Amino acid sequence: MKKLFLFISIILFTFACGDDDPITEVFPNEDSFSRAEMLEFWADEIIIPAYTNYISDLDILKESSTAFFTDPSEPNFNTFRDSYILAYTSWQQVSMFEIGKAEEIGLRNFTNIYPTNVDLIESNINNQNFDLALPSNFVAQGFPALDYLLFGKGDDDEVIVQALTSANVTTYVEALIDRLNDLSTEVLDDWNGGFRDEFVSNDGSSATASTDKLVNDFLFYYERFLRAAKVGIPAGVFSGNTEPDRVEGLFSDIYSKLFFEAGFSSAQDFFNGISFIDGREGVSLKQYLEEIQLTNNSDFDIAASINDNWQSAELVLIDINANFRNQVLEDNAEMLALYDELQKAVVSLKVDMLQALNIQVDFVDADGD
Amino acid sequence: MSQAIQSYFNKQSKAAPLAVFRVLFGLLMVFSMIRFWYYGWIEKLYLLPNFHFHYYGFDWVQVPGKWTYVLFFICGLSALFFAIGYKYRLSILIFFLSFTYIELMDKTTYLNHYYFVSLMAFILLWLPAHRHFSVDAFLNKNIRLEFIPKWNIDALRLMISIVYLSAGLAKLNSDWMYKALPLSFWLREKTDLPIIGQFMDERWLHYLFSWGGAFYDLFIVFFLLWSRTRVSAFIAVLMFHLLTKALFPIGMFPYLMIAASLLFFRDTFHTRALKMISSIIRIPYETFCNGAKSMSNTFISRAALIVLPVFFIIQLLLPLRSHLYTGNLFWTEQGYRFSWRVMLMEKTGYANFKVVDSVTGKRFYIQNEDFLTAFQQKQMSTQPDFILEYSHFLGDHFKSQGHENVQVFVESYASLNGRKSQPFIDSTIDLLTVENGFKQKSFIIPLEND
Repeated sequence: MKKLFLFISIILFTFACGDDDPITEVFPNEDSFSRAEMLEFWADEIIIPAYTNYISDLDILKESSTAFFTDPSEPNFNTFRDSYILAYTSWQQVSMFEIGKAEEIGLRNFTNIYPTNVDLIESNINNQNFDLALPSNFVAQGFPALDYLLFGKGDDDEVIVQALTSANVTTYVEALIDRLNDLSTEVLDDWNGGFRDEFVSNDGSSATASTDKLVNDFLFYYERFLRAAKVGIPAGVFSGNTEPDRVEGLFSDIYSKLFFEAGFSSAQDFFNGISFIDGREGVSLKQYLEEIQLTNNSDFDIAASINDNWQSAELVLIDINANFRNQVLEDNAEMLALYDELQKAVVSLKVDMLQALNIQVDFVDADGD
Repeated sequence: MSQAIQSYFNKQSKAAPLAVFRVLFGLLMVFSMIRFWYYGWIEKLYLLPNFHFHYYGFDWVQVPGKWTYVLFFICGLSALFFAIGYKYRLSILIFFLSFTYIELMDKTTYLNHYYFVSLMAFILLWLPAHRHFSVDAFLNKNIRLEFIPKWNIDALRLMISIVYLSAGLAKLNSDWMYKALPLSFWLREKTDLPIIGQFMDERWLHYLFSWGGAFYDLFIVFFLLWSRTRVSAFIAVLMFHLLTKALFPIGMFPYLMIAASLLFFRDTFHTRALKMISSIIRIPYETFCNGAKSMSNTFISRAALIVLPVFFIIQLLLPLRSHLYTGNLFWTEQGYRFSWRVMLMEKTGYANFKVVDSVTGKRFYIQNEDFLTAFQQKQMSTQPDFILEYSHFLGDHFKSQGHENVQVFVESYASLNGRKSQPFIDSTIDLLTVENGFKQKSFIIPLEND
């Protein structure tokens, strides 16, 4: 009986040992794919550099707005607008990484919810009594609100400049730009603080492990914000009626394709492990899938199939108008064709990739059996 | 023959094993309820979703909003009550009803081990588990028993045997035995575990675990029954369940099965355990050792002799019902649940629903996250009965919004145990024309390279 208890205690003790057991370091697993290396590459070569770049573009936006409000000349106005487009484009390269601090503060909700609510913006400006931290103000801030203020607040540039320089509008625009800066800086500071190490070391395979979480975030972005918001919704996929006024960058008009391309190529780069810094290829989901294909001795190259779908989407994209709104109004069939190609990749991503990598799609860490 | 049966049902055994099981089962359930609450799962799994998937015929079981917390509280409290044997018949009844009600609220959360809990509670409902080492028996000496009919304990053992044997037989399929699937998928992700982690992507280990698991399930009951192998079998039970606990997120199930396997131990083991506990809580164990035998003359004990045999016949038949359907069982999942099929497949799916006006041809697609949680989407996309129920929900929803001539189609793909994804549901069928039920689901596209 005593022996039995001793035996049981040994077993219990063995299983009670934490994950940080030093033994794993003594026997590193050399030939298997390392999730930790992939996480490191994502953090150091993609996410942190992309945020750094985005914030530096926001700084430029801030400077050019200050220059404009000090001297509302035509060239200053154009520089202001250009730097706005630049920052909005850089945003597309970080939008998918809604994890950690970004997830906690809801960065995307405060940055890029469209269509923006013009009436709410005007009432905020008139009241001068607004709280941008309120969820009800998601639709009255971020880039879509700036888009309206910089491009939609009048029929020609002169009227817009006039409007912008009225004290209340100036205050509002400055508040919007500061908020973009503050929130994204908070996120980057967190990455540069402790979160980077926390992210990289959480290299397990549970639903709460970094790989599973970020892949889920990536898929959520791809399906909802890239495929649906930028293309599907304006093309009427989810309502049966075309909704041309729901394109991204409605007022700046000719940049909707640019924004989509920035997001789409960032998504592809993330999947293929293309460094944001120097474009070199690193550890990626693509490599991970190839490794699994080898292990399984399978002839189905999931990564290639996904990239093929994206290539077809790129081909459709060539003929699409820089202004998605016009494209929807003039020839929506092309827009639907783009959507279909984006949709094909969803099946490979959400079914074949998740099956191969054994990534859980739910965030509820509930029991199984 | 009938004499043999008669004498079997008259056979007496110590009441101690039943009392020990009652206490352990009750306490584990109390802990389960607290754990479920503490993890916020009541909120996430029951309160957050706007729509719940129902078992066929149980649409009337609704999530009672904030009262769900009260329901869980009652369930946990009744478990505590029957654990200590206070107002046993009432508390085990309330536990059985409240626990089962919770499980029926949403089939998204179906787990075999929740079903097992319901069944064990149902059996306990008919057994005099409170007449030994309980508050009830302590307070009322007239109900105290030292002996109970031996079949009482055998009934619980039989249930455990059905679980293991069905689970073992289910493992005898080609994916499990010849390809070590899906275990190899799961194991190779576990290389970060201490000590055993280094072997986790070795092929031989995947086969060892697959074959070992099947062997364990098929034979463990016999080794537990035979006194000469019992101790080593129990060690195997411990190792097996603690290993699965370390490898997979399976919650309380391992502890439940370890506790249940104690039912195979001799009376002396249980009486000694009860004596030990008695001395700790300072109640003379001798109080309960009055030599009294069960007369099986109460209404419940007589009814049990009719109810439980019927119950076990159903239990033996239920896992076999899948043979009434054609097609790959893992793919169609017709008759998959309530059959002790555990860990047999890794399935991923994607379902894209299209709502069409059959007259104008106008169509639009659904964003599932508008209606379902991530967990519900995951479960829905791989199970045909979920897809059908959801499409009917969508139909009703859009009809109530004033849409006319509504049809619902689904473009869906699934991947089973590493096979390439393939179309799952026939995308040309308006799912609103299909009734939910137990009939063969002909809208499922058969699995290729089966």
